[in-house]
Amino acid sequence: MAGLVYFSTKSGNTRRFVEKLGLPASRIPLNRSDPPLQVETPYILVVPTYGDGDPRSAVPAPVIRFLNDEHNRSLIRGVIAGGNTNFGEAFGLAGRVVANKCRVPLLYRFELMGTAEDVHRVLAGVTEFWKRSA
Amino acid sequence: MDMPTSAARHLNRVDAINWNRLQDDKDLEVWNRLTGNFWLPEKIPLSNDIPAWNTLTEHEQQLTIRVFTGLTLLDTIQGTVGAPVLIEDALTPHEEAVFTNISFMESVHARSYSSIFSTLCATRDVDDAYRWSEENPFLQKKAELILERYRSEDPLMRKIASVFLESFLFYSGFYLPMYWSSRAKLTNTADLIRLIIRDEAIHGYYIGYKFQRQLAQLPAERQEEIKIYAYELLHELYDNEVKYTEALYDDVGLTEDVKKFLHYNANKALMNLGFEALFPASVTDVSPAILAALSPGSDENHDFFSGSGSSYVIGKTVSTEDEDWAF
Repeated sequence: MAGLVYFSTKSGNTRRFVEKLGLPASRIPLNRSDPPLQVETPYILVVPTYGDGDPRSAVPAPVIRFLNDEHNRSLIRGVIAGGNTNFGEAFGLAGRVVANKCRVPLLYRFELMGTAEDVHRVLAGVTEFWKRSA
Repeated sequence: MDMPTSAARHLNRVDAINWNRLQDDKDLEVWNRLTGNFWLPEKIPLSNDIPAWNTLTEHEQQLTIRVFTGLTLLDTIQGTVGAPVLIEDALTPHEEAVFTNISFMESVHARSYSSIFSTLCATRDVDDAYRWSEENPFLQKKAELILERYRSEDPLMRKIASVFLESFLFYSGFYLPMYWSSRAKLTNTADLIRLIIRDEAIHGYYIGYKFQRQLAQLPAERQEEIKIYAYELLHELYDNEVKYTEALYDDVGLTEDVKKFLHYNANKALMNLGFEALFPASVTDVSPAILAALSPGSDENHDFFSGSGSSYVIGKTVSTEDEDWAF
């Protein structure tokens, strides 16, 4: 089974969610000065949503840098977005933006660091997703 | 790094704040977010809700005014006591500045309810509701439970109480305007409340983040004690909140759905503190109409996994015209 690629800021919500999934996962580095992440197998991207509801600022800059690498981009198969329903229509907006840019499905949205139910559904869903696309 | 004690808590001198030298870049991120979201109630055409207000029964109007006076009390506490004590506990000057914004916005929120009242309601009915809010034992107990922690001199306890106020205690009240909105009533009032809900999410996130940073510096044993304390306080607030909810909503038959909304938001408050959700999915299934009012479009494309697979929908958002995207 292929893995996850994720980004998480210091607040660590997305990191915690990914850790709870317990699947193989690579983290996109926070700082420009860190060596960039290069992937070699298909992956699902897990991304938190930033900003104020403007699609131009919803996706964290390090994620944009990662996807600007054509090889990395060619291997994305789906996206899962973090967020908070308190932001209304902007809930999980980063997921919609990436799905649209990369022409892949938005698979799931979770809030903050995700509940046990979210973990359960994503684990089952991701397993099934890779089986179907194998 | 030393934990700030009550004696050494204050930044011990005032230096001119330099936003170009950050100790924690989260401070600038949140400052930008909060200032970008700035709003005033005058921007919302509340008077368009007058016809809808007149379709509510007298009892529904009374309930709505009571709910809003309850929310006003919480915003008043947070604006004048909660956020100011967090300024005292701040570890960076930028954090202090963020809390001055939070303090002021809470006062804007409190002021907004009075705008709603003066636009929609008779003065006598509003005065009655204020009297009710002063006499309602559950509302007063909720205020007292929080104020006790704010007076406790312990920065971590204050932040726990503050996150529970921001991310949990408001929601028995927020439910009602979302309910009216889902029935196409008081929709402008609901627009205003959604602005408040958006602000409170950032407040809860930021205070919770600062809590986690401080907690991580403590020995594991102490961390465990504080976690237990947080869950205990949540239980205490929750028991009172259920009684408050019953007192308000039993007559209109909404108590059970409001309780689900409480569970759902209690989980989010805990997550803001970095703790695991408490209430299982079986009791957080808020009615879809309320979720849709809270977050329009939240049902669409929500869970690709549980669909048949035929609902393969690619995001509809317009392309971002942004030079950061090279493709």
